[in-house]
Amino acid sequence: MDAETLQQLINGLVIGSVYALIALGYTMVYGILGLINFAHGDVLMVGAMTALQTMLFLMGVAPGMSPVAMLTLALLVAIPVSMLIGYTMERLAYRRLRNAPRLAPLITAIGMSFLLQTLAMIIWGRNYHTFPQLISTTPLQPVEGVFVTPVQIVIIVVSALLMIGLTLLVNRSRIGRAMRATAENHRTASLMGVDTNAVIAFTFIIGAGLAAVAGVMYASNYGIAHYGMGFMPGLKAFTAAVLGGIGNLGGAMLGGIVLGLVESFGAGYIERLTFGFLNSSYQDIFAFIILGLVLIFRPTGLLGERVSDRA
Amino acid sequence: MNELAAAVPWLGKRNPTAARWLILILAIAAPLIAWQFGRSWVRILDFALLYMMLALGLNLVVGFAGLLDLGYIAFYAVGAYTFAFLASPHFEVHLPFWLVLPLGAAFAALAGIMLGFPVLRLRGDYLAIVTLGFGEIVRIFMLNLNYPVNITNGPQGIGMIDPIVLFGWDLSQNLQITEDFAINSLFLYYYAFLACVAGSILFIRRLQISRVGRAWAAMREDELAAKAIGINTRNLKLLAFALGATFGGVAGCLFGAFQGFVSPESFSLMESIAVLTMVVFGGMGNIAGAVIGAFVLALLPEILRHIAVPLQQALFGHVLLDPEVLRMLLLSLAMILMMLLRPTGLIPARARYAHPENLHRSSQP
Repeated sequence: MDAETLQQLINGLVIGSVYALIALGYTMVYGILGLINFAHGDVLMVGAMTALQTMLFLMGVAPGMSPVAMLTLALLVAIPVSMLIGYTMERLAYRRLRNAPRLAPLITAIGMSFLLQTLAMIIWGRNYHTFPQLISTTPLQPVEGVFVTPVQIVIIVVSALLMIGLTLLVNRSRIGRAMRATAENHRTASLMGVDTNAVIAFTFIIGAGLAAVAGVMYASNYGIAHYGMGFMPGLKAFTAAVLGGIGNLGGAMLGGIVLGLVESFGAGYIERLTFGFLNSSYQDIFAFIILGLVLIFRPTGLLGERVSDRA
Repeated sequence: MNELAAAVPWLGKRNPTAARWLILILAIAAPLIAWQFGRSWVRILDFALLYMMLALGLNLVVGFAGLLDLGYIAFYAVGAYTFAFLASPHFEVHLPFWLVLPLGAAFAALAGIMLGFPVLRLRGDYLAIVTLGFGEIVRIFMLNLNYPVNITNGPQGIGMIDPIVLFGWDLSQNLQITEDFAINSLFLYYYAFLACVAGSILFIRRLQISRVGRAWAAMREDELAAKAIGINTRNLKLLAFALGATFGGVAGCLFGAFQGFVSPESFSLMESIAVLTMVVFGGMGNIAGAVIGAFVLALLPEILRHIAVPLQQALFGHVLLDPEVLRMLLLSLAMILMMLLRPTGLIPARARYAHPENLHRSSQP
């Protein structure tokens, strides 16, 4: 494997694990409610912006604070704020629409997404903000010609830990069992004594928490944050969830990584493949092409067993 | 027209004929009234008519056939860019309007079928995301196809597009009636667009009560049942996409010619969402709903712009919420609140051929 391939592989893994974290939020909500929470990407943005605000505040109050402590504090503020947003959305809008016709919750979710963006635009303005890169971005060179920054390593490690944690939560804990039961069948679960409303709210909260972490990592990786930053990763994470098989946790993780790799390799080679006609500014279309192909040829995704007709 | 007349408050139910005349007079007099407030308001009315065409076309797809399309603005873009390619100095091609308009419509319809084929088997939410992706792909291509061969001129867009010329009559020139009396070109465009909207309403109305329209309604309510009674849902979906796209394409051509300039900025996702909000706000599956939704939501942001900005300046000394933010706020809130409080829209669609006990159900999307 030459240095360039290895480099693309690493870049793909990094961005892929961020997609995977976001995709988990989509897939959990979809598994339980059959709803695409369109505003999920914007919860990510709220997380990143809140973290940014906290960091700026901390830098003003305690300039001598160690970067790791500062980042941790920022996360400790950003995660609950995002969770609150996720909970509020579910409680105020989606819960009332649970028995509404098919299109109503989806249209509401689109409205939610734009409402969050608009509110963020009002609070933080339209400009791109520099996101403080508290973890060093000086690249290390483990192999000649291959660069890995400490931020990227942290991203991979943190996502891996969170994914393991979530898998344990869903498969081993009491609330996890309740989640699986609710996903299987609402009514039966509630007859068995599961408080389905609480479980659904909990699912939104967990998903939002993961999105907040993903948002902070995404912003740290690129060093910028703004009100519309959640849109593209949100869409791509949705693609990842579909690619892996929506409703399936392992699928979301796999889908995220695969999508990250395809994007990274695609962006690297598109210019050569199309003889210079298309260049890396077309990077964003890979996700949509994959989405289209998966939905046509294998709507259940790589690992999904669910019937596609649920959509 | 009947639905529209019935929607007139108070008068609509009592005296439909009078309501019809009232609408007609208002539609004709509207630019004259707007002119009193300044020429920019006539321009806003012109754009409101274009939005009406878009809303009517999207209503065909979303309201009649029940296919949620979030990339509708892409067809508008196809129409506008077709016009820009074939009637501007960009390629030094200047084809006549009557040739470009059908071409724009045809290309948009083709794009609609191209989008339709892969998404035939998808329903509801998947369809929404794929169409959204389609819209984004079209926009990405418009933005980037200026290299290595300059086709779309990238983010700068294409300018100096030829105006609409009907039988040698240039709509962009003021019409000189006598020495000192001329009809402003904005009025000419207004009446041309009004004719297009009226034609569209007529066509769509006939379509709605035709065999095709009823088959769409059946498909929307229950696809499986529709298939079971022998409806070819595949062809009907393609037809819905193609016809909806045609309206988008025609509106796009008119937009390109009217504005004289197209750029990818005008075809963002926000515009797709705006048109969708108009349909949802007015009432899905309902012609009057689409027309009124488009009218209200195209005008309201402009009215807000003229009221809210001076108001904020007076109250706080500076502008807190700029007009664009206000527009987004208005649209997103309209979408959410409509779905929560009145999911059938401002003017709920009347279900035809429905059993009375099912009325509440079948009038929903």
